[in-house]
Amino acid sequence: MIINKETIMVLAAEGKRLDGRGLLDYRQPINIEMNISWTAEGSAKVQLGETVVMAGVKMNIEKPYNDTPEEGGIMINAELLPLSSSEYEPGPPGEKAIELARVIDRGIRESKALDLKKLCIQPGEKAWFVTIDIMSINDAGNLLDAAGLAALAALKSAHFPVVDSVTGAIDYKQKTDKSLPLTKEALPVTIHKVNGKLMIDPTLEEEKSSEARLTVASDQKGIISALQKGGREPLTSEEISQILDVAIEKARFLRSVLNRYLK
Amino acid sequence: MVYKKRLDGRKWDELRPMEAKVGVVPNADGSASFKIGKTWAIAAVYGPRELFPKFKQDPKKGVLRCFYSMMPFSGSGERIRPGANRRAQEIAMVMANALGPVVDLSAFPNAVVDVFVDLPQTDAGTRCAAISAASMALAQAGIPMKDMISSVAVGKVDDKIATDLDYKEEHIEEFNPDSKTASVSDIPVAMIHNTKEITLLQMDGEISKEDLMKAIEAATVAVDKVYEVQRQALKEKFAKE
Repeated sequence: MIINKETIMVLAAEGKRLDGRGLLDYRQPINIEMNISWTAEGSAKVQLGETVVMAGVKMNIEKPYNDTPEEGGIMINAELLPLSSSEYEPGPPGEKAIELARVIDRGIRESKALDLKKLCIQPGEKAWFVTIDIMSINDAGNLLDAAGLAALAALKSAHFPVVDSVTGAIDYKQKTDKSLPLTKEALPVTIHKVNGKLMIDPTLEEEKSSEARLTVASDQKGIISALQKGGREPLTSEEISQILDVAIEKARFLRSVLNRYLK
Repeated sequence: MVYKKRLDGRKWDELRPMEAKVGVVPNADGSASFKIGKTWAIAAVYGPRELFPKFKQDPKKGVLRCFYSMMPFSGSGERIRPGANRRAQEIAMVMANALGPVVDLSAFPNAVVDVFVDLPQTDAGTRCAAISAASMALAQAGIPMKDMISSVAVGKVDDKIATDLDYKEEHIEEFNPDSKTASVSDIPVAMIHNTKEITLLQMDGEISKEDLMKAIEAATVAVDKVYEVQRQALKEKFAKE
């Protein structure tokens, strides 16, 4: 890939970008498709410009952990598919995939977006465990924000499968009309620093010109539930303050987009 | 105790509804999505590009590599653990053999053409959908090909030869009360479009020679229907450009 790093830096200083967007604009279109996979309990496909991500929710019943006998659990896994970019290779998840999964996990877990107590069926014996698998389909930059949106959309679309009342076996081919106990809607937004300016939703080449980044997950009320700083350069506390304002506002914007697709 | 009518009401030689689209992964050199019933395969082609590790290179021609993967939420039961398993590796191998005969990589010594297929949802016939999607993706990538490969599963359900079995038909004893003792044979087939030479042939189950030849005859007709969908999708893509 040819990276116009110099040009991107010079433009950023003037508040401009190669594709003509403002520094704090998301790419268009933002499309969300719900329930794309009949085999998942919930699923979604998110398109952010040319970036495409799928997320699928599977549920199963397990014994709760010893230290939280009255709670179910949530696990998030991300696969950067070699199908989605020439830069990804087959094999176990690398550090980028692990970071992506963990940041989205924290955003959901720490905000207590999913009421884990309500996932308990029988304390110490049985509880629902929810797994979200995030799959990159086309990585054209800013996978993380797209993945966060896909994960939340998949959770929102999920329905519990039918459980046989006698044997306790799960019939994955039938879904109940019961949704997951979601109490909050935390969404991650990643803000980059390019030539001293703040920028969101970078394309791949803008991502490669980034000096530093901060991912902030926040809910409807603007409460922050996950932070992850990346990149080589440091950030000042003034910059972080500005970043938080942008992140909370943009999470609200993404949430309003998602809500349009839910109706 | 015979299978009188297909569970989903299709005719014996009828395929499930198909949908194909080319160019679904903009990053790839070629890509395609192929849906047949509730089975959905997305294929992306990268290359020709340099092959590493070097000892795998062929100085005479390029290498065609295939990868097959069901997404963790794409199985009809519990979540599937991600990563290569024995089944996926075998399917990847037979995919490369199914596509290889029409692909000419003699102009690309030491290079590799990678085909990645991922499935977001499945309902039987996944390797056939994967091969049909991959063939379109290779064509869009401009890889030299002498023909298209189209693939579909045929089989015998109870006493009937049927085309494009779905999950319920593959497990007929579970879903049809009249067929509790029924046997099912499932035969994925891939063919070169013009010559109808067979590049993929596998089977689960039991069948007599006569019935097998009838099933292959049914496949010969069925792959043309797959081909028509593939051709339309490619035409649409290139009409746009």
